[in-house]
Order: sequence, then C-alpha cells, then structure tokens
Amino acid sequence: MGLEIEQEHPCVELSNIATSETHGENSPYFAGWKAYDENPYHEITNPSGVIQMGLAENQVSFDLLEKYLEEHSEASTWGKGGSSFRDNALFQDYHGLKSFRKAMASFMEKIRGNKAKFDYERIVLTAGATAANELLTFILANPGDALLVPTPYYPGFDRDLRWRTGVNIIPIHCDSSNNFQITLEALETAYKNAESMNMKVKAVLITNPSNPLGISIQRSVLEDILNFVTRKNIHLVSDEIYSGSVFSSHEFISIAEILESRQYKDAERCHIVYSLSKDLGLPGFRVGTIYSYNDKVVTTARRMSSFTLISSQTQHLLASMLSDESFTDNYIKVNRERLRKRYEMIIEGLKSAGIECLKGNAGLFCWMNMSPMLESNTREGELKLWNEILNEVKLNISPGCSCHCSEPGWFRVCFANMSEETLELALKRIRDFMNNKDRKDIGI
Amino acid sequence: MKLLSTKATCNSHGQDSSYFLGWQEYEKNPYDEVQNPKGIIQMGLAENQLSFDLLESWLAKNPDVAGFKRDGKSIFRELALFQDYHGLPSFKKALVDFMAEIRGNKVTFDPNHIVLTAGATSANETLMFCLAEQGEAFLLPTPYYPGFDRDLKWRTGVEIVPIQCTSTNNFQITESALQQAYEEAKNKNLKVKGVLVTNPSNPLGTTMSKSELNLLIDFIKDNKDMHLISDEIYSGTVFTSPSFISVMEILKERNDFKDFDADISERVHVVYSLSKDLGLPGFRVGAIYSENDMVVAAATKMSSFGLVSSQTQYLLSSMLGDKKFTKNYIFENQKRLKKRQKMLVNGLQKAGISCLETNNAGLFCWVDMRHLLNSNTFEAEMELWKKILFDVRLNISPGASCHCTEPGWFRVCFANMSEDTLNLAMKRLKDFVANSINGEGCSNNKKKTRSTQASRSFTKKSISNWVFRLSSRDHREQEER
Repeated sequence: MGLEIEQEHPCVELSNIATSETHGENSPYFAGWKAYDENPYHEITNPSGVIQMGLAENQVSFDLLEKYLEEHSEASTWGKGGSSFRDNALFQDYHGLKSFRKAMASFMEKIRGNKAKFDYERIVLTAGATAANELLTFILANPGDALLVPTPYYPGFDRDLRWRTGVNIIPIHCDSSNNFQITLEALETAYKNAESMNMKVKAVLITNPSNPLGISIQRSVLEDILNFVTRKNIHLVSDEIYSGSVFSSHEFISIAEILESRQYKDAERCHIVYSLSKDLGLPGFRVGTIYSYNDKVVTTARRMSSFTLISSQTQHLLASMLSDESFTDNYIKVNRERLRKRYEMIIEGLKSAGIECLKGNAGLFCWMNMSPMLESNTREGELKLWNEILNEVKLNISPGCSCHCSEPGWFRVCFANMSEETLELALKRIRDFMNNKDRKDIGI
Repeated sequence: MKLLSTKATCNSHGQDSSYFLGWQEYEKNPYDEVQNPKGIIQMGLAENQLSFDLLESWLAKNPDVAGFKRDGKSIFRELALFQDYHGLPSFKKALVDFMAEIRGNKVTFDPNHIVLTAGATSANETLMFCLAEQGEAFLLPTPYYPGFDRDLKWRTGVEIVPIQCTSTNNFQITESALQQAYEEAKNKNLKVKGVLVTNPSNPLGTTMSKSELNLLIDFIKDNKDMHLISDEIYSGTVFTSPSFISVMEILKERNDFKDFDADISERVHVVYSLSKDLGLPGFRVGAIYSENDMVVAAATKMSSFGLVSSQTQYLLSSMLGDKKFTKNYIFENQKRLKKRQKMLVNGLQKAGISCLETNNAGLFCWVDMRHLLNSNTFEAEMELWKKILFDVRLNISPGASCHCTEPGWFRVCFANMSEDTLNLAMKRLKDFVANSINGEGCSNNKKKTRSTQASRSFTKKSISNWVFRLSSRDHREQEER
C-alpha cells in the first residue's frame, strides 16, 4: 500500500483531523477486507478462497444497464460535430445539468411508486452519498454538536458524519425485542443522553430502508420520528439510498410521502439523501444527491457541493439513461424482482443451516442472528465467531459490533455482489460449518 | 428554528459579494455574435476553449473508450463498481506521466504519491484539512484567485494572511514581504502552517522565478512546522519564456547539490488539475501530489468525499496514455495560447493600455488601467470596473476581488472566446478609452443613465465590504480561476 519510506526525521505535524482515528479505518470491519484481499475467492483460480459477503454492492442488474448503453451510444458519447463535447466539458455549474436533475427527480418519484413528488430545483448533486451526508452535517451542525442515529448503523457513518465535521453521533439504541424498530423511548433516551454530555442535538439521521437491517421503516414509526424532531425543533435526515431495492414496490414509505400527506407542514426540517450506488449499482460513478425542503439548505448545499461535483460526463450519461422511461420502469421492476429472489435464496439457505434472520424487505443484505452460536453473549464472543467464520468458513461478513449493534451475535451478510453459484457455495459452507458445530456440541 | 450551523450562515462562501453583479449583468445580457451583438462579453472566465478540436479528434479516433470498452471488450461493470479511493492505477500513471511531460521531464512523479480529487477546488481544501487546524493560517501572495477565500477557509476554519506583492517588481514575492506577512500573522496570534502559491500565477499569468522558489523553500526550511503548497494547475499553459520551473525541480536540484534537508521534501505538496490545461473543468479531475506518506494517506481517505468518476478516470487514462496525443496537444495548445495572448496585448496597446510585461502563462493578462482611474483608490477602481461593465460591456475581474494592494489592475481572460469576439472586445475598449480621453465619458446618454442607476443601487451596499469579498457567483457557477 504505497511506498514505504523510512521516517528518519521527526515527522512534521499534520492536523488533528489528519492524524485522528475518526476515519474509522482501523475497525475490525476493515480487517475482514484485508483477509479477503489476501485470499479472494475465484471460481476457477481460487475456489477455496474467502468469499466477499461484506460488500453491499448490487451486481444483479448490470445486463440491463449494458443493454441500454449498447442501444444508446449517444449517452456515452457526445454526438457528431456541434458543441456537445465542448459544452459538456466546460459545464461545471454547481446547479448540475438540468436534464440530469429532472431525470433524477423523476427516477426518485418512480421508485416511490409516484406516491411523492420531487421538484428538480431542490436537488443538489454531490459525488456520492458519502459526500452528501458529510455536507449535510456541515450545514446542520457545528463541531461538538450531536446527531442521533439509530443502531445498528452503517459503519461508514462514523467517518462520514464525524471526521472532518467534528460532530458527534449519539446512538438511538434499537434491539431485537421489537425487530430493531425505532421507538419514541429510544429517541428520548438518546436525546437526554446527548444533553447530559452537554451536546446540542441538531438532527436525527435515519437510513430508510435500513443498512444493515435490510428493512424499511413502518409508516407509524416515521410519523413518530417526524413528530419527535418537530417537538425538539431539530432536523431529520433520511438516507434513502436503498429505496430502489425494496423487494415489493408498495412496502417502502419515504419521508417524502409523510410530508406530502401533511401538506409539507414543517417540511423545512427534512432532507433526503439519495445515490445511484446501490439501486443502479454504480458506486464508481459517484452520483449522490441531497433533496431538501429547506431553501437555505438547498442554497448552501449547492455552494458547498463545489468541493464534490459530479463529473459532467457522468451527468450526461445518466441524464440520458434516467430520462428514458421505458428503461427506468423496466429496470426498477426487474431489479426489485431479482433482489427479492436472491433474498429468498439466502434466507432459505440460512434457514436450512439452522440460522434465523430478521425478516427483511429491502437492501442488498440480510441481518443474520447467530447469537445462539456465541460462546459468550458479548462483543468478544461475537468477534471470536466472526473470526472463525472468516478464517475457517472463509466468508467475510460484517459483525454487528462494527455497526454499533447493542446486542451481540448479529451479522450483516450481503447477497447481491456475487453470482448465484457463488452464493450457493457460500450457503453450503455455512451449512457445513453449522453441521460441524452441532457435532461438536453433541460430542461427536 | 431551522437553525443551521455557523458555517452555513456565515459569509465565508463569499457569494454575497457585490462583485456578483458583474456576473448577473452578463447573464442578463450575454454577448452573442448573431443574437445579441451588443451584449456583454465575458472576459472574467479563465477557461481554455482553444484546443477542443484536438480532444474531439482524439475521441473520434478512439470511439471505444467513451463506450466503456478496452481492447474490444466491455469493462463497464468493472468501472461501474470501481470506487477505490486509491484511484484507477492506469489513470494515475497516465496523469503523472502527463505532469512530467509538461515539466519537460525534468522531474518525474510517483503514481503512488498521487491523490485524486474532484477538481483542484477539492484538492486545496483537503490539504488545508490535512495540514492545519481551525484558526491556523496560510500565507498567500497577493493578488490571488478569489476562490481561495472559500476553498481554503470556509469549512476548514483556516485563515489566509496575505503576502503583499506590488507592481514595483512585477508582483514578485520578496523576502521582506514574506517576513512582513509572517509578522502580521504573529501579531494576530495566528500560527502559520505554511505558504500556498499558485505557479503559474492566477491572476498574474506569470511563472515564478528560481529565486522566488528558493526563497520560499528557504522560508519553510527554517520553520519546521511549515508546508509549501504549489498549485500548479496552469503549468501546461506556459506559452513563452521563461519556461516553467516547478517547485519539484528546485527540490530535486537542491537534493542533487546536497543542499538538502530531506525533511523539506515531506513538506512540499503540489496541486494539479485538468480544468485549465485540458479545458475540462466539468470532468472534475484534480490531484494532490506529495512525498509525505502521511499526507498521502490522510488525503486519500479524505478523497472519499470527492472521488473522480471512474467513467472519467478511464476516458482520461486512455487519452493521456496516448503519448503521441499528449505531445502534440501540449505543443499546439501552448502555441495557440501564445497567439491569443498576443492578440489581446496588441489590442490593449492600441487602446493605450499595457499589461504585466512578464505575462508568459495562464489564460489571462494582468492589465494595468491605473492611468484610467479618477483617483488612486479602490472606489475609483470599482467606478472604472462598472463603466467597463455597463458602458463598454465587458465583464473583467477587478484587482480588488483578488486582494491586490494597488488599485487599477484588472484580470482579462483571452482563451474563453473566439478570435472575432476578442477583436470586438478590443475595439470596444479602444473606443471607450478614446472617448474618455476626449472628455465626457459615454457616447450615449441612455447608457450613462442605466449605468448610473445600477451604480446607485450598487453603491447602496457597503463599498469597503465588497473590496475584501471573494468573487464567486451564484447563478451559474463558472469557476473563474
């Protein structure tokens, strides 16, 4: 990883931010990556290698994208003659390509079954949701303030929300007693917790559908959360980057719908984050957005987006793709169906191995309960099991503690970033592992 | 309620500056050869539009690349999934080779020491986050790119202390100016973390001399806490002698001559981008180059907040990997810039206006209009600027927006329009100056009224405020670097 240069002289100091650990990359979550990188599974060349199941990527619908590109070369080129290339190459307006914003707004509407409307003028473009979340944090909170985030949550938030912003995350603890749903009690507790540490709470940030739970938030819970933030006079950020991966179209309820049903009363405290990294499987293209109902936030976010604009070449490509209604309608439908199939496959497979999962309805992963397998019902017990699964079963999955889960024994297992064959193999390995465990337990 | 952070509600983004008026006026009344021949000609935009044909012809000859194909095979999937913040290795290699080529291969760059960012805007901010704490300061020679006020200070909380340069020596950095800036920072209780220079300079359009570069290195050599950042985004636009000398060359030289404190190379960092040399500001391709492992490591992680699209990395890895293309491009681009600059200089001369004689790079000239000022004040500079905006209908950048200490200097861009448009702009200017000399200002009463009206509403806003504000616009954000 880069050149090793002997540090003969005392290193000149870098900033606290540069030298802090808040980038979070020393967590066990990343150690799994190392093991995978050193011994990656390959169907032919390394069939006994580590299978990567810790990567929430959507690889099940690329054929649809590739077909589109083949049939629409104008999306990836600039046409003959004229000023098309020139205009695109020069376009660095932080408002973003209008055609792209319109296409994005329309796509977001379709994903929500047209149950909510999006005004393209409220869309701010950023290089990925990573940037969008950080940007919103810079805008909504000062260093030392707090964001309330329900656990378990995406490990990357520790970096994205806290690192350069100096803002704190206070967890809203959720547990399996009610399928990890967010309760008013948990919200209040988290809020009081922050207060007791002299931190000003500025926002609640939810991921809906949830990563790592793989489940969309129920309407009544969303209403409760909205009422809570209104009472406390704080913001609500709804990260809906997995909204297109809900297996059944009518099950996802966006905060946008709730707001519309309330005629947008108090909507200025709400902001939605979206991205094409999960639903379209395009993390490399760096396409994120902030949709805010607050004019000042839109204006400020737009200016701040100067630090993280989307390549105009990419905007051009996606404007074309996402404004093609026959493409998007079909994509959303087929993608959803394929993800549902994959999900059912893994749930069945795990069930037959004697492992239960949280009943999910979205996402690129399932939330697996291995607590009965723990030697001790502790974080250490969980990490021990995780290590076993990594080194013996040769599967890289994400331990719940890396997602700040308060209950040991839960793991996030991704299912959309590999072929069906590889998934079958992974399930077989798990079955074998569980069988062996049983035998050990009964002393064979 | 709707309380937002201090960052969101402060003015450090700089976009409330009255300078914004120039852009607003342009947008209301943009020049078009056919549709609006009397409109305002945009000369405040440092874009390079001279060599697109070269890029377009390369694209036409290599149609597969934009279509996500490599050697006939589709790599769409691979690229779509590629979000590794280490960047596409083939692109980093092509980029460092390009950077070396621009420097006549007098220095080479290690691709493992390059960090890719979404534009130089992101690169500069990232370096601030890495090198300084909130409340610490960097010294910058004036005049400087107005965007720095936002890029370096806004979210980082870092301060800028100016190194005052003057026309007495063509705005070169002197030891006394450097020391003075350092003292000023000390008096304000600001810890100085280093110096940031743009070389070639924006807005001066000049390359730094060897002695200036050595002066800077000596300065940070003696102050172990300090870094030197050299923003070299215009390095490919040097069109005439003296040739470009990168700070990396000086380091190499000093190393060769054993006048080398190995530690210095860890405190010098270069910023680059393809927005100016290649004319691709929309593609958001910036880079930080540093020999300091820790800086590279920290900046790489931070680049997560502003990665370059893999689609774009691939396209450019192929383009810049074509050495025949890059060789020709660099040469031809410089040739065209030279011709354009000459056109502007000659045109200005005909109007009795001179530019900085040392102008040898960039997409603009640093123009001396001191003799046209009513008084040697910034108020007079603003008055002149407004006249040029409303009466001559040219949008140019006043020196005050670049924090210049001397009133009367303007940055005038020449590479973002056709030759005909440039000629027209020069003609208008010539007529304006001729009329001014003849006495009573504008040839047209109506125009004068409009100008006065706009002036009045303009002056309603505090004059002293805008002089120190930065000049980004809100409506159509075109970086004016």
